[in-house]
Amino acid sequence: MSTVMDAKRLAMHARRKRINTLALGLSMAAMAFGVFWLLWILFETVRLGVGGLTLATFTEMTPPPQAEGGGLANAIFGSIVMVGLATLLGTPIGVLAGVYLAEYGQKSWLGATVRFINDILLSAPSIVVGLFIYAVVVAKMKSFSGFAGILALALIVIPVVIRTTENMLSLIPNALREAAYALGTPKWKVILSVTLKSARAGVLTGILLALARISGETAPLLFTALSNQFWTSSLGEPMASLPVTIFKFAMSPYENWQKLAWAGVFIITIGVLLLNILARVLFKNKH
Amino acid sequence: MDAKVDMPVTEKAKLSVRNLNFYYGNFHALKNINLDIPEKKVTAFIGPSGCGKSTLLRTLNRMFELYPEQRAEGQILLDGGDILTSKEDVSLIRAKIGMVFQKPTPFPMSIYDNIAFGVRLFETLPRVEMDERVEWALKKAALWNEVKDKLNQSGSGLSGGQQQRLCIARGIAIKPEVLLLDEPCSALDPISTGKIEELIHELKSDYTVAIVTHNMQQAARCSDYTAYMYLGDLIEFGPTAELFMKPKRKDTEDYITGRFG
Repeated sequence: MSTVMDAKRLAMHARRKRINTLALGLSMAAMAFGVFWLLWILFETVRLGVGGLTLATFTEMTPPPQAEGGGLANAIFGSIVMVGLATLLGTPIGVLAGVYLAEYGQKSWLGATVRFINDILLSAPSIVVGLFIYAVVVAKMKSFSGFAGILALALIVIPVVIRTTENMLSLIPNALREAAYALGTPKWKVILSVTLKSARAGVLTGILLALARISGETAPLLFTALSNQFWTSSLGEPMASLPVTIFKFAMSPYENWQKLAWAGVFIITIGVLLLNILARVLFKNKH
Repeated sequence: MDAKVDMPVTEKAKLSVRNLNFYYGNFHALKNINLDIPEKKVTAFIGPSGCGKSTLLRTLNRMFELYPEQRAEGQILLDGGDILTSKEDVSLIRAKIGMVFQKPTPFPMSIYDNIAFGVRLFETLPRVEMDERVEWALKKAALWNEVKDKLNQSGSGLSGGQQQRLCIARGIAIKPEVLLLDEPCSALDPISTGKIEELIHELKSDYTVAIVTHNMQQAARCSDYTAYMYLGDLIEFGPTAELFMKPKRKDTEDYITGRFG
């Protein structure tokens, strides 16, 4: 009797082991497939990008076609300004809305509506956002501007930050909130000093990921900030940015433009990679 | 269950529960509870899971109000004043009636700030007095010797038992009158449990303590009065020795002797 049982168990065990090996093999293959393309992209970016990278890339303006020299200084500056200000604009709105969803409106119809609309916004193609800002800002003001670009990028930041903030706050156990209330803590202080503070690493990661995402966005800037061959720090004028410049230069037949496009790709890739690593390190430190 | 539970308590009542009914949505969780929690004594609540003992504890500081689908009807008198209908801000009521929970819940801040956090809500103390208050609370909770050299470290770095004593210290630092303990030892090892039971014994010289526990030995060891609850009813309430040695009701006897529950 027991030997029959044993044989059955052994057979089951062997079967589980085979399934385990198969599943492990498949997931390893999937991982290898992803990593292969990622490394190839990185390799090509470095190979083609580093070649075009000189000190002039950071100090000189975008050149005309087939000219000697030139750099990406105006585009790098424009990207930093627009991405930075869009993040500054979008973060407080996103965090506040995320706090509302997680701490006040969990079950209310308003909360559910906001969450639904935010999900749509989160998955909306970024070119739609660009066209929207074109229609409501650029067309009304009759000019492309850095300001319009900032608004478009902020509209992409907000839903990402709302979602991560809400998710991170809902991970905080209710027991911690109750413990704070049990001391007689008012609600705003419970949120500020206890829940938001506990979730700060996650919220910060969300902000950094949103920042990384808009660093590479081209579509929302095409119809808003447009581009600019020259240096400008005025938000009322069209403003150059790395993604739009790359788009324009890479499509051109001119060799000096193509080279600079690769240099721009390299700068964005390394920048976004560093941001992602930073986000990961910050998240790891707190858990 | 009829409403007239005999009131064996002769001491002065700190908290009096009168005709209390409690609902989770449509579910009737507490059925017409009447009892007096005597001042500066330890009152234990025992009973099988789902009997309503934790629910009762959570009405005593109005913690249930965080959840809109929960409601209480009846009266809870603190020194004669009804806290359920009180015009007083609920924060001030909770400052008088502290609570410690099943799982330790250190706040994301240093050990020092964990204690000072609650104090700062109600008092503005100069640094020296705050230091004294923190030391006093940590000594009261029998934690001072273990943490005095690392007050600036995070509270979550402590062991489970230490974290729970930190939570008790945090609760008493704001000098409440009543301390509610909701299964404070269920996540702890026997040594930490022993320390907290000793602590409960000490605390009753200054505070009125109400403790919910699954552990009947614990109720027998550290309480003066015990209430046995079942399915939302208060079955029996009396001096702990009496309830355990010669329970008046068969249900209570079955539960404490392990024939049921």
